Amino acid sequence: MTSFFDIPIQALMGQLMLGLVNGSFYAILSLGLAVIFGMLNIINFAHGALYMMGAFLAWMGLEYLGIGYWPALILAPLAIGVFGVVIERSMLRWLYKLDHLYGLLLTFGLALVIEGLFINGYGVSGQPYQIPTELAGGFNLGFMFLPYYRGWVIVASLSVCFATWYGIEKTRLGAYLRAATENPKLTQAFGINVPIMVMLTYGFGAALAGFAGVLAAPVIQVSPLMGSHLIITVFAVVVIGGMGSIMGSIVTGLGLGVVEGITNLVYPAASNTVVFIIMAIVLMLRPAGLFGKEQ
Amino acid sequence: MKHKLLSVAVAALLIPAANLVSAETKPAAMKLSDNVVKIGVLTDMSGVYSDLGGQGAVTAVQMAIDDFKAQYKPKFNIEMVYADHQNKADVGSNKVREWYDTQGVDMVTDLLNSGVSLAVGKVTQEKKRIAIFVGSGSTRLTDQDCTPNTIHYAYDTYALANVAGKAIVKNGGDTWFFLTADYAFGHSLEKDTSDVVKANGGKVLGSVRHPLNASDFSSYLLQAQASKAKIIGLANAGGDTINSIKAASEFGITKNQQLAGLLMFITDIHALGLQTTQGMLLTSGFYWDKDDETRKFSKRFFDKTKRNPTMVQAGDYSAVTTYLKAVVAAGTDEAAAVMAKMKSTPINDFFAKNGKIRENGRMIHDMYLMQVKKPSESKYPWDYYEIKSVVSGEDAFQPLSASQCPLVKK
Repeated sequence: MTSFFDIPIQALMGQLMLGLVNGSFYAILSLGLAVIFGMLNIINFAHGALYMMGAFLAWMGLEYLGIGYWPALILAPLAIGVFGVVIERSMLRWLYKLDHLYGLLLTFGLALVIEGLFINGYGVSGQPYQIPTELAGGFNLGFMFLPYYRGWVIVASLSVCFATWYGIEKTRLGAYLRAATENPKLTQAFGINVPIMVMLTYGFGAALAGFAGVLAAPVIQVSPLMGSHLIITVFAVVVIGGMGSIMGSIVTGLGLGVVEGITNLVYPAASNTVVFIIMAIVLMLRPAGLFGKEQ
Repeated sequence: MKHKLLSVAVAALLIPAANLVSAETKPAAMKLSDNVVKIGVLTDMSGVYSDLGGQGAVTAVQMAIDDFKAQYKPKFNIEMVYADHQNKADVGSNKVREWYDTQGVDMVTDLLNSGVSLAVGKVTQEKKRIAIFVGSGSTRLTDQDCTPNTIHYAYDTYALANVAGKAIVKNGGDTWFFLTADYAFGHSLEKDTSDVVKANGGKVLGSVRHPLNASDFSSYLLQAQASKAKIIGLANAGGDTINSIKAASEFGITKNQQLAGLLMFITDIHALGLQTTQGMLLTSGFYWDKDDETRKFSKRFFDKTKRNPTMVQAGDYSAVTTYLKAVVAAGTDEAAAVMAKMKSTPINDFFAKNGKIRENGRMIHDMYLMQVKKPSESKYPWDYYEIKSVVSGEDAFQPLSASQCPLVKK
């Protein structure tokens, strides 16, 4: 068997592929965080809880209402988006003028409350969610067996990431958004309703988290703790990519997924620390992150 | 300010003395520290293990206390306090220290995490109270880290390996690869199972260690797949086991290789469903549907919690009942006397069959080799296991002669 630094090339390819799958989740979650931070200057610690709620809504839809995976992929993010809008209107909007820390504390508290409620209702062992029958089975890639569903995760999340990037960087609406971030007062003076845009942005960021949740539901157990296990890594991804940078979060998310995959093979014990080691190095060399702008 | 501080310090010094006086002047038929037997339930209230013990453990202990009061009508009061150890050794030992020092707690139980239990054991020995570990698994608790004040009640990693591990090797699963949670419990389970596999003529081809609460198991499973071992031993617990099994079935690994969940609770099976878990062999010290006695208890428990009890929760009930009986029999809640009583009395209740507590604190009782039913064999909710064999405590647990505990006379 061919090998690369004593690692069979087959195993390496397998891990790269899985890294890409995990990276897709990182990318879509960190994208939501980046959008919210870019527009609202809020460090959204509730993101993990929103992701968990997305997965739970998909499960509840199937369990109580008979709504399948495909409709859930649209409906759950919409519902989470509306939930996000309610939070923004009722709580977050009072904090924009204050220090970042207040937003962080509020969203962190919200995350604890939401998680606590779900633990109380459903316990921590979680609920099983089957892979939709259309995507059961998998390809034999020669070096590994890739379940169709994992392939779909990569396709779906990359499409959503690209659409978001395109929407923000290349369309008129995106231009308004960016203008409102740059100079809210001036943008308002041009007749653009900035508070509405801010509200919709938070809703959109929340919906992205919900979408990632539905995408993850068939892969991991739908459990109240699923968000808090993931969110810390995702924050590291955002910091490495540069807070608020759209492209940065997508590229870093995928890249770190791959790095993690390789670490799993070379030195598994470090797999959950490697992201933070990279974060420390990046912060020393480029404090604004790989794609961030110094302010 | 200085005066204030000084008076507080003086007052603090006086409090224990005052307690002593009141305890001595109280008329009591029994020699109880304050005419109250106080039981502390230290558990994981909201973390990864909270479904095994958690609120259910608190309920089980309360049931044990209520039943004991109703049946034996003791002349003393029995109270319960509970707290969350958050799976952190420092949080757990600080809480227990506070309970012993300021709240007069006599006995602590549940304790869902081996790291926490090891720390709590040290404090308990120092303060001369009693701790009964029900939820934690490491054999260290009755081996090199045993104490005269602690009991390990429901199961340990040795028995898990010895019952299910041995059966799997005998069924032809003679090559193993381990997926191990990277902390005390996982290491202990991997080591004990490897020993059993080798002793029965099997081979261990390798292992991979994953962090607690890993977010994705597919990469570890791919390595297990590459090893071509017949059996992939899951030396982990709770959510980690659940997600390993889920990913294994998604990646088609279960077609050619078999999974062995080395510590699986009924709540894990409930969470995964029988479709994914059917045919798995596992070790347990308790099954709610074993006989009329277990069904009776489980029905009452289910009515309160909407779940059937795990081995840990049923064990909590049994442990508390055993302790309270010993307090009555010893006529005191003083730790040494109660421990001596517990160690000299056999235990036979709905949870423990042919139970006895060895001098190293290990409670041995019948263990069961279970097989998870097929979905078609499951007739009613929670009908999950078939009992394949009953293994006596002497055979399931580590022989006393192999124990490194200094309390064992050799």
